[in-house]
Amino acid sequence: MSTATEHPTIELDRVVIRFAGDSGDGMQLTGTQFNSVSSLFGNDTATLPDFPAEIRAPAGTLAGVSAFQVHISDHDILTPGDAPSVLVAMNPAALKSNGHFVPPGGTIIVNVDAFDERSLDKAGYTTNPLIDSSLAAYTVYEVPMTSLTMEVGKLAGVKPREAERSKNFFALGLLSWLYSRPTEPTLDWITARFAKTPQVLDANTRAFKAGFNFGETAELFESNYQVRPAVHAPGTYTNVTGNTALAWGLIAAAHQANLPIFLGSYPITPASDILHELAKHKEFGIRTFQAEDEIAGVGAAIGASFGGSLGITTTSGPGIDLKSESIGMAVSLELPLLVVDIQRGGPSTGLPTKTEQSDLLHAMYGRHGEAPVPIVAAMTPSHCFEAAMEAVRIAVTYRTPVFLLSDGYLANGSEPWRLPDVADLPELHVEFATEMNHTEADGTKSFWPYIRDENLARPWAVPGTPGLEHRIGGLEKEDGTGNISYDAENHERMVHLRAAKVAAIARSIPPLEVDDVDGVGGAPVLVLGWGSTYGAIAAGVRRVRARGLKMAHLQLVHLNPFPSDLGDILKAYDHVLVPEANLGQLSKMIRAEYLVDAKILSKVQGSPFRAAEIELAVLELLGVDSPSTTVADEEVAS
Amino acid sequence: MTDTATPTTTAKDWASDQEVRWCPGCGDYSILTAVRMLMPELGTTRENTVFLSGIGCAARFPYYMNSYGLHSIHGRAPAVATGLAVTRPDLDVWVVTGDGDALSIGGNHLIHALRRNVNITILLFNNQIYGLTKGQYSPTSEQGKVTKSTPFGSLETPFNPISLALGAEATFVARTHDMDRKHMQETFRRAHAHKGAAFVEIYQNCNVFNDGAFEKITSKDARPDQLIPLVHGQPIRFGADLQHGVVLDPDGRVRVVEVADVGESSLLVHDEKRDDPGLAFQLSRLARGPYEPTPIGVFRAVEHTEYGAAMSRQLLEANERKGPGDLTALLASGGTWTVEA
Ligand code: SF4
Repeated sequence: MSTATEHPTIELDRVVIRFAGDSGDGMQLTGTQFNSVSSLFGNDTATLPDFPAEIRAPAGTLAGVSAFQVHISDHDILTPGDAPSVLVAMNPAALKSNGHFVPPGGTIIVNVDAFDERSLDKAGYTTNPLIDSSLAAYTVYEVPMTSLTMEVGKLAGVKPREAERSKNFFALGLLSWLYSRPTEPTLDWITARFAKTPQVLDANTRAFKAGFNFGETAELFESNYQVRPAVHAPGTYTNVTGNTALAWGLIAAAHQANLPIFLGSYPITPASDILHELAKHKEFGIRTFQAEDEIAGVGAAIGASFGGSLGITTTSGPGIDLKSESIGMAVSLELPLLVVDIQRGGPSTGLPTKTEQSDLLHAMYGRHGEAPVPIVAAMTPSHCFEAAMEAVRIAVTYRTPVFLLSDGYLANGSEPWRLPDVADLPELHVEFATEMNHTEADGTKSFWPYIRDENLARPWAVPGTPGLEHRIGGLEKEDGTGNISYDAENHERMVHLRAAKVAAIARSIPPLEVDDVDGVGGAPVLVLGWGSTYGAIAAGVRRVRARGLKMAHLQLVHLNPFPSDLGDILKAYDHVLVPEANLGQLSKMIRAEYLVDAKILSKVQGSPFRAAEIELAVLELLGVDSPSTTVADEEVAS
Repeated sequence: MTDTATPTTTAKDWASDQEVRWCPGCGDYSILTAVRMLMPELGTTRENTVFLSGIGCAARFPYYMNSYGLHSIHGRAPAVATGLAVTRPDLDVWVVTGDGDALSIGGNHLIHALRRNVNITILLFNNQIYGLTKGQYSPTSEQGKVTKSTPFGSLETPFNPISLALGAEATFVARTHDMDRKHMQETFRRAHAHKGAAFVEIYQNCNVFNDGAFEKITSKDARPDQLIPLVHGQPIRFGADLQHGVVLDPDGRVRVVEVADVGESSLLVHDEKRDDPGLAFQLSRLARGPYEPTPIGVFRAVEHTEYGAAMSRQLLEANERKGPGDLTALLASGGTWTVEA
């Protein structure tokens, strides 16, 4: 295929495209591939999948619409884009539920074949939006995707019903032409993916080419576009989702710690992909156990840790509820355990496929008794790798359960990631106890399981080690011996020791890096984020600075304990603003800990913050009149 | 299978320095003694032995054994033990539990550990009462049981632990009682030697809250006529003069008979190795409760793939197929591109 000859190609610095269709239309696949090919091409990219909780809601209904947003750019970007400049709508329901995301002046490409009366009716349209004037503010392209796909499907020899299913490849071809994407990677990908079903492979290939050629030959589009590669730091890159990066981080950490992974997990959205990924890699000695329930998942992980494995459990909020008692046990046993919580909208079953950051206080306080647990949060999809390694470092060094918080946005979102050199990964090696550690009054040697090292961690003495036989449990233990003790003063000492051990982790956290042009305290406002708000806040910073105004940004990875320099940093600012996808959980912790008047910027809509929302809130704090934003200035280059 | 190693330890070596704190006269003592005395004969070491438990009177057991031990939380011991047993096939993993712990709050973990055939030995101390919480009815208490929480009698049909284990695909299922050390030890020895999940129900007297629950069948005088020893390959007979026996009726049910009435050749021959658990299930239903002739011994002992071993095999196969895990290759597995300097 040659690129367009008669159409002029217009250069763009960035574009945000949203693919929307029925759950059965393959929009996630289409968007993912469009993103992959763009990454390979060298663009910076970020994605936002947005799909319903139902596997297949009735076809053509609003409930069944599945969307995938891709942001591609010639410079470094931080978010999947506030608003799409292009919407691809495969049916009326997709247009109805996604049209409002497109700002006036944007482009909408519809599969016009799907706009029959029945489908319009199902989507709740009383009149056809392609005919009435409701889309007047947009450039609308009507493309007969279904019928053109079926035409080429015939040539591939597939039945009409099945031919129709290739229409997402038609859309992918069309968009590939429109944005001058190279076609080979996609054709190769189709060949590999459908190798087992040659007819489907043929139909999809033909549909893809037909879409591409349609753009080129039909007199519909005046021009096509090009988004040049971004200037990336030299290195080897891959495209990675948060869940994959997290799973790889666990594997890398176990490798660096020289411990076998045992994962006890129960399927739950949006965490299951970590179980799937780890289950694939048995060559690393990874044991994955799909437990009978959430409780068994964490229980088995604790048993494995007792035996000298790296015990891990992965879940989402509802699973954390069920695991709480066991996590408390791990606090008492003082064994390494990693609890991965891919947060989703709550309470209860809530919004299984939508993102939220509302489990922070649950991770912090969601157990009976004084049961401190360190918390680490990932900032971006690729940062899940590093965050996983850091969480494992804490767990094995301090012999404690650790919460690793991610969320639905990071889990399914993807971005290019410059691969680390395996040789440069941090060393996490831990030693099991092999020697008795106590001398009794009569001079005999013995082993006390609760004698602590310089980190206040107790020895990890695994069964099979002669001479170190010992019994541990959830009952309060005597300091040192670990024997059951109901003594009041001993209990108080143990409560303080467990708290001090977790607090002491702060000593191992490197100094915070505040993004403030004039150094800490230079700007009047500090935006303090944690976890997945990183991209939106950093993009918001660029926008505020582009106006000649000052603001500072600090993103926390360690939420318990807080880094030791956090208090001084907070006190250096007049205003502290905390954007959170909850009703104000970090801000509560900050207020309680530092008596700082941290202001809350809350959003609980199941979707991540937009850069514009952060910008607006900062401008308000600065007393600047609210700006009018346009799509074009939505994410400025730094 | 028998353990032939010469003992290198004594029962005393297996006793920890912790004071045993069950109520005086509790059946748990005799079980503890039976286990401590048996351990030297099993040819295992203290360092390779782990006792795990949940919550309840029985769950204190690990503290009293001078091995590795983990006293976990209510009902979860089979889950915790699963994680340990599959990652450490070199260990002897025992789970000590009670009727409340295993059959009420931990019922889900018990049945799944059994069906997976995890290599653990489960000792269920069944005293048909909640002891540690001071006397509420349990899932094995007889219907109508009057306790603090059921002043007008319990309304529930009790579990039959043997039936439950068989229904959960358990590959080794046995019953013994706290009044007969020899029988306990023989049963535990067999359970320990079994590859996979071994389930042993132990009738245990709680002399404080449910005294005499099993007296009608386990007291010295009652035993000959009330306990039916199951011996593999032998006709099922009992009584001081082996005058009673068990037959299988044409309708598939088992029944106690007088041998004199039916003739020895009509007796049911016990076959613990029968893969179909149906007959073992029928035997588990023979007595309606511990007040009429009740089978003890091994109901079922069949060889199925052990879960941890199967898991380890998958790891080995992956290693053979793909070679040892290569981190650099893993990170590149999703496709990469290079940006030149
Ligand atoms: S309450 Fe019953 S079972 Fe518990 S220790 Fe006392 S006698 Fe034994």
